[in-house]
Amino acid sequence: MTVERELFDYLLRLADSPLILAQRLGEWVGKAPAIEEDVALTNVGLDLLGQARLWFGHAGDVERRAGGPGRDEDQLAFLRDTREFRNLLLVEQPNGNFADTLARQFLFDRWHFLVLRALTASRDARIGEIAAKAVKEVAYHRQRSADWVIRLGDGTELSHTRMQAAIDRLWTFTGEMFAVDAVELALIDAGIAADVRALEAPWRDEVATVLGEATLAVPASTHMQGRGGRGGKQGHHGEAFGHLLAEMQFLQRAYPGARW
Amino acid sequence: MYAQMVETGVSAVRAQAEMTPEERAFQARIDADIKIEPKDPMPDAYRRTLVRQISQHAHSEIVGMLPEGNWVTRAPTLKRKAILMAKIQDEGGHGLYLYSAAETLGVSRDQLIAELHAGRAKYSSIFNYPTLSWADIGAIGWLVDGAAIMNQIPLCRCSYGPYARAMVRICKEESFHQRQGYDIMLAMAQGTAAQKAMAQDALDRWWWPSLMMFGPSDAESVHSAQSAAWKIKILSNDELRQRFVDQTVPQAEYLGLAVPDPELRWSPERGHYDFGAIDWTEFYAVIKGDGPCNRDRMAVRVQAWEDGAWVREAAMAHAERRAARQAA
Ligand SMILES: [Fe+2]
Ligand SMILES: [Fe+2]
Repeated sequence: MTVERELFDYLLRLADSPLILAQRLGEWVGKAPAIEEDVALTNVGLDLLGQARLWFGHAGDVERRAGGPGRDEDQLAFLRDTREFRNLLLVEQPNGNFADTLARQFLFDRWHFLVLRALTASRDARIGEIAAKAVKEVAYHRQRSADWVIRLGDGTELSHTRMQAAIDRLWTFTGEMFAVDAVELALIDAGIAADVRALEAPWRDEVATVLGEATLAVPASTHMQGRGGRGGKQGHHGEAFGHLLAEMQFLQRAYPGARW
Repeated sequence: MYAQMVETGVSAVRAQAEMTPEERAFQARIDADIKIEPKDPMPDAYRRTLVRQISQHAHSEIVGMLPEGNWVTRAPTLKRKAILMAKIQDEGGHGLYLYSAAETLGVSRDQLIAELHAGRAKYSSIFNYPTLSWADIGAIGWLVDGAAIMNQIPLCRCSYGPYARAMVRICKEESFHQRQGYDIMLAMAQGTAAQKAMAQDALDRWWWPSLMMFGPSDAESVHSAQSAAWKIKILSNDELRQRFVDQTVPQAEYLGLAVPDPELRWSPERGHYDFGAIDWTEFYAVIKGDGPCNRDRMAVRVQAWEDGAWVREAAMAHAERRAARQAA
């Protein structure tokens, strides 16, 4: 195969976004607005973490097949530095308030579902299998986060203001989701990757429908971060990201080689 | 256990002769092992005691999410992180079952939470100790969940139906909690010198607070006797504590860790381990609010509740508007 290097990179993209979002959701434990929400946020985080582990497993196999070290999930999660992470900028954004967290989840879930659904038809059989499992979980995530966008948007004046502000603030990180670079183009041609360019229109439609029901406005701003090959997918992250890794990777860094 | 000191509101267990006919009939049902259900008549003191006991238990599940939550973002491997998240999620679920069980007695979850936040309700003293290293997550699963199981398995047979049924569901999950904790300890005890030191330090700090989880000695309390008569307490504090010690000491030996009690030794005559005296001054201080983390734990819970107020209000406003639209 000629695309193994690209495939490895692409699998990291698929793995890192759910991993980092799960890490953010883990920060909510014990602090959500109601116990049900605490349990639900953890539940979503747990699904995403499970998906990340499956993608890492495949990435390690691909790396080994290509003559590389074949790193395991923990080496990939805990021993890479900022520039080697391939997650979307959106998912690394700090939790903020509950509206910020749910807006981030909503914008991601809508994209995530479309990508996974497309990947169920991937020519890479293992990608298809993992996507088929993950898409079922994400179908529930996207329902839940849309419900909260609607509840808060069409709730009180305060919740409406907060949800609109959250959507407005996060909007700038959504452009990257539909931008392709050489890595993705090579894999799209090979029938392996999802062509995200084709997903932008359906994503916009869905988002506009939910925001409409929530009495919220679709942001007018077209300023997008991370386009032109300088986004999270290429390892260009924001300042908060290093702190997230410092916390997440602490034990593996402080006690190299220890088994836990 | 998660309900360490439950006031029953009585000064002595009532003898048959002192009981009203209703009380005698109630006690007869209890003695015949007939479950009490929410709609059944029950003495006020029984109801109030159960509310206190179940809510203490529920609060413990919820406050107990905090010391473990402290390590979710720093779990050393993805597998450990997933297991810890699943465990904490279970604890939140336990809190929900238990608040529901308490609600069958005519109090609302919001009322009970308000009591907790006002400092009027108790929760287990164990959650007022800090989690300082990853080994503490192991120690909590092994010792704290281990102690909880000791207490909760007999409660599956308690006299109040909804509480007994909640306990059955909870106990199914607790054994996984204990195993994952012991497994963390095992990995660390067999690990590097630094890991082994962390494991020993965790046992040193969590051992005595774990023994305190069973509450004061039975001799101390008339409440235990009344609760036993009502079958909402099946085994005594001291019996449970002894069982816990007997079960746990060999596990510590297997780990190669030293239990921090110079007086601990096997007594062939008793067929049990003898162990040293518990520092009850510390116990009562922590129960009263002066443990290392009481103030922090409450501050975090209160903050979360207050920060979430606008979300709960919005959800309610939305639900009302939607209902109004559907009615129109
Ligand atoms: Fe529990
Ligand atoms: Fe537990």
